[in-house]
Amino acid sequence: MALYMIGSLLVTGIFMFKAIQNFFPDTDPIIVVNNYLIYWILFELLFRYFMQKLPVLNIKPLLALPISRSNIANFVLFKSTLSFFNVLPLFWIIPFSINLIIEGYPVLNVLAWVLALIGLILSVNFLNFLINKKNAVFYTVLLVLVGAIALEYFDVFKFSHIFGELFNYLYDRPILAAIPLLLAGILYRINYKYLKNNLFLDASLKTKTQEISTQDLSWTRRFGEIAPFLQLDLKLIWRNKRPKMTVYLSLALILYGLYFYTNAKMLEMPIILLFAGIFMTGMFLSNFGQFIPAWDSSYYSMMMAQNIPMRKYLESKAGLITFSVVILFLLTIPYVYFGWNVLAINAAAALYNIGVNIPLLLWITSFNKKRVDLEKSPMMNYQGMGAAQWIFVLPFLGLPALIFGLTALISSSVIGVALLALLGILGILFRNTLFNKITELYKRKKYAMVAGFNEKQ
Amino acid sequence: MITSDNLTKAYKGNTVLSIAHLEIPKGQSFGLVGNNGAGKTTYFSLLLDLIKPTSGHINNNDIQVHESEDWKPFTSAFIDESFLIGYLTPEEYFYFIGDLRGQNKADVDGLISKFEDFFHDEILGQKKYLRDLSKGNQKKAGIVATMIGNPEVIILDEPFANLDPTTQIRLKQIIKQLTENRDVTVLISSHDLMHVTDVCERIVVLEKGEIVKDLKTSEATLKELEAHFSSTATSTI
Repeated sequence: MALYMIGSLLVTGIFMFKAIQNFFPDTDPIIVVNNYLIYWILFELLFRYFMQKLPVLNIKPLLALPISRSNIANFVLFKSTLSFFNVLPLFWIIPFSINLIIEGYPVLNVLAWVLALIGLILSVNFLNFLINKKNAVFYTVLLVLVGAIALEYFDVFKFSHIFGELFNYLYDRPILAAIPLLLAGILYRINYKYLKNNLFLDASLKTKTQEISTQDLSWTRRFGEIAPFLQLDLKLIWRNKRPKMTVYLSLALILYGLYFYTNAKMLEMPIILLFAGIFMTGMFLSNFGQFIPAWDSSYYSMMMAQNIPMRKYLESKAGLITFSVVILFLLTIPYVYFGWNVLAINAAAALYNIGVNIPLLLWITSFNKKRVDLEKSPMMNYQGMGAAQWIFVLPFLGLPALIFGLTALISSSVIGVALLALLGILGILFRNTLFNKITELYKRKKYAMVAGFNEKQ
Repeated sequence: MITSDNLTKAYKGNTVLSIAHLEIPKGQSFGLVGNNGAGKTTYFSLLLDLIKPTSGHINNNDIQVHESEDWKPFTSAFIDESFLIGYLTPEEYFYFIGDLRGQNKADVDGLISKFEDFFHDEILGQKKYLRDLSKGNQKKAGIVATMIGNPEVIILDEPFANLDPTTQIRLKQIIKQLTENRDVTVLISSHDLMHVTDVCERIVVLEKGEIVKDLKTSEATLKELEAHFSSTATSTI
């Protein structure tokens, strides 16, 4: 995955210059880049908030050794500058700037610009550690980002222009590259001071004990026997960052519909609409579902030894996901604005997801035996990824597309939609039989799962 | 209550447990001692069907544990922290276990109120998740959770480890009370010979997966156990 990111950034970096020239023929590419730099910086901040933590825990053993506190603080901060996150952006910055130089831009300005960006990356790096101490700061950044994009999108206020101007100004005057570097230095200093004063086992080194939030989940009682599991899963999602992210992601990707539906060409291609439908209503299904039952891996032995019939355990998982598909479908209803066919396709997709993709999901996840640590940071965390996760994408999206595509080709897309809905309904009708089979499978795989989930990486 | 026959467990041909026959009658307080790797946890895991026996089987109340799930309603266990759900508070955890075992909130409240002494104000009402509790306190919560829902078989792996002295003594009282009426079978493994002889009426010594001693606890048992383990200590040196 890391390689994939490096690769794609590298490609972006290499072709960015030409691409920008094509898209914005009248503007200088460097100016275009400068205009959007601020978004990249804010995005980096958000991205790192989830992914990057100050590696303080590794220094616990150092505390007992005769090394001065300031040395340790410097060591930790210095180590953080070498992190993958800081190196990553260089993979587009460097090829892009080489391109610039080849295209005849003044070398000094380009180099200073690169230096300034490095300064900014480091500033983001250190700022992130400060932000990480307070959730409020994070939400502020998020709000500013969303607000700015909205204002920009509706042409109310070109937020990016101000910063664009600033970066252009900076590009024109190489000496100003010192400012971001200085900023990085100041942030380093703040972090250093904080760390040095808090390098005690009981203060900052202790992983923060989360403040507990108890919710009244008695409404789940109406789901009968699966209610306790449902409650447990809701708490699992709400109290652990990584599963929580899957919810946010699923909700955010509802907006993806806008991308499909506002494009007149795509709106005329039913297969694309189907794709969107399966995708939007099944986002939680695939994102959260692919790690069933690995989410429970840290207490899977207990779940298996406790008074829980396997069948009920699986039914409760299916219940949760069905619930999510229904909610996501309800959220896509406003897209009816783009035509009734959109609604019909999304409804068929939701049915198909519930009837076919959920049993399929549970069947595939029975191959899961990699542990997922809930307490680990959520993004770009590929722990728990195994073959099952990759295989899943194909039948999940590919199969309905294939069925639909073929039917549409032979008869019409209306029949295709009907067929998918029918398959979904059949799946729901035969749920019992399907679940019997899946339960058998899970029982057979139980020992391998228990052993796998207990293995800490 | 619990019968093991021709039970073996081998990993890649390496036998870690081999029990020809072991019968634990109902209501017995049964202690399992042995050095690390002797097969204590392996035995408990087999008993809970968390690993599959290489040969033989265990019957729990005439139910073959790796064939049917029907032993689950009357069996409970605390083996290690993988029996706790880290993101729940102790109360939520108790209620969840209660839900699984057909106990409502009031039942659970009633039961855990009996353990207030044992908890020593460190478990209930702390507004902390289980994962943020200390190892000892996690253990307390896990042990008490096994008593929810009137189980007939309780399995505790190393229950005394990580507990403070006061709590160890209280735990011994709790275990003694459990088996007093002879309707709860308690299985305990321990490295602490003194505690185990205190609470268990029968002690089985495992060594490299095999039963080497099966003692009915008496005044002399502790001495005998100490003699046994010190002899293995000298013989290996």
